[in-house]
Amino acid sequence: MSETVAEIDTASAARPAVAPPVGHPIGILCELTHRCPLRCPYCSNPLELERREAELDTATWKRVLSEAAALGILHVHLSGGEPTARADLVELTAHCAAEGLYTNLITSGIGRASAMIGPLSDAGLDHVQLSVQGATAETADLIGGYKGGHAAKLEFARKVTDLDLPLTLNAVIHRGNIHEVEAIIALAVELKARRLEVAHTQYYGWAYANRAALMPARPDVDRSIALVEEARRRLEGVLVIDMVIPDYYARYPKPCSGGWGRRTLNVTPTGRVLPCHAAESIPGLEFWSVRDRSLGDIWRASPAFNAFRGTSWMREPCLSCERREMDFGGCRCQAMALLGDASATDPACSKSPFHARVEALATAEAAADAPSYAYRSIGGAPSEPTEGVRS
Amino acid sequence: MRAEETDVPRLPRGVKLKYDQVRARHVLLAPERAFDIDATAAAVLELVDGARTCGEIVDALATRYNEAREVIADDVRDMIGDLIARRVIER
Repeated sequence: MSETVAEIDTASAARPAVAPPVGHPIGILCELTHRCPLRCPYCSNPLELERREAELDTATWKRVLSEAAALGILHVHLSGGEPTARADLVELTAHCAAEGLYTNLITSGIGRASAMIGPLSDAGLDHVQLSVQGATAETADLIGGYKGGHAAKLEFARKVTDLDLPLTLNAVIHRGNIHEVEAIIALAVELKARRLEVAHTQYYGWAYANRAALMPARPDVDRSIALVEEARRRLEGVLVIDMVIPDYYARYPKPCSGGWGRRTLNVTPTGRVLPCHAAESIPGLEFWSVRDRSLGDIWRASPAFNAFRGTSWMREPCLSCERREMDFGGCRCQAMALLGDASATDPACSKSPFHARVEALATAEAAADAPSYAYRSIGGAPSEPTEGVRS
Repeated sequence: MRAEETDVPRLPRGVKLKYDQVRARHVLLAPERAFDIDATAAAVLELVDGARTCGEIVDALATRYNEAREVIADDVRDMIGDLIARRVIER
């Protein structure tokens, strides 16, 4: 009978290489603001952060959320930046609850988060995902660039579980904290989290700019994966651990967002709708805004969403690959960043002719002395470009 | 994982069984996860209320579908046990 509760996340079986009918999205990531007290050097926000004055207003967000419910979206991820920097977050959460949407708060736990969590819970918040930068204050506060941040997070986590809200810890893993993976797992259990995401850094945005400072060595990666696999067995029924594999060392690429324009949307603070948070790094894509159009129109007809939907855009080796509807050619943004060609096979894939160079690049960066972080801030992006693999 | 006959399963806060009008089917919503729920699974989950034991859930389903208890008991306990392992159901 367990097949009767198939997780919707499973990849579909192979279908012909044609543009598929546009299905129903299941999730929307709402980047309510790019403001954040933390300055993590791997932030997924773009290097050009959007400013407060340009953010969508409450009424527009409510309209977008209602349109999301009508489109069949199930999960709303209230994110940022730090979403509790928005004074209207409680109102937006209540609106989601009234629309039958499942709400997930993705938060640093710092700043206004602690004062707001009670009202958010009362408004019908369903789940909290709290970031941690490490297992110890010394490590975590250095990475987050915020003294006292780790202690504030621990206090926030206790408030969340005291409210009986389910808690997930999200730890982005890299060279600066990979030696704390075991301690992070223990911290998740101590804080009564139900889930832990051990998310090896994905190199986009700030993380791409800081890649040489963040790239872990292969033996450390292998050890962290073994630790997670052991902990999964030991903690079955106590803690669910999801892991994001570091794809520079991977054999197959990750399916970007479960396939471009197939499952999820991302709305930026100013209202542009993206297939994934990094999509603006691909030049020439036309993004539509919720200021001008409905979410449904954008999902179905936006040129950016249709650019890489399905498999008809693919070239070899993707086009004839038996995995083409499992990983959808991997990540378009990574192909763009590393090869300067968004239609190429993600070079994280072992079938890419550039794959060996990616692993060599990672190995070399991990072996060199780590440069200091370029902390996330407005105007703080480094001017030096990061090395790709196409000469 | 197989749930025990005496376990009292419940859906904790943050896990919701919902009828999805757009897809015309039940879905189970959990943190960062959604599960397709067919009619059989929905019949089980509708009886997961934090009061009935697994054994009582099996009894109720056996009566409702006019099936022998031993035919369905293992499947029901496996399904609930699987969701306990994933921390979607508590006991």
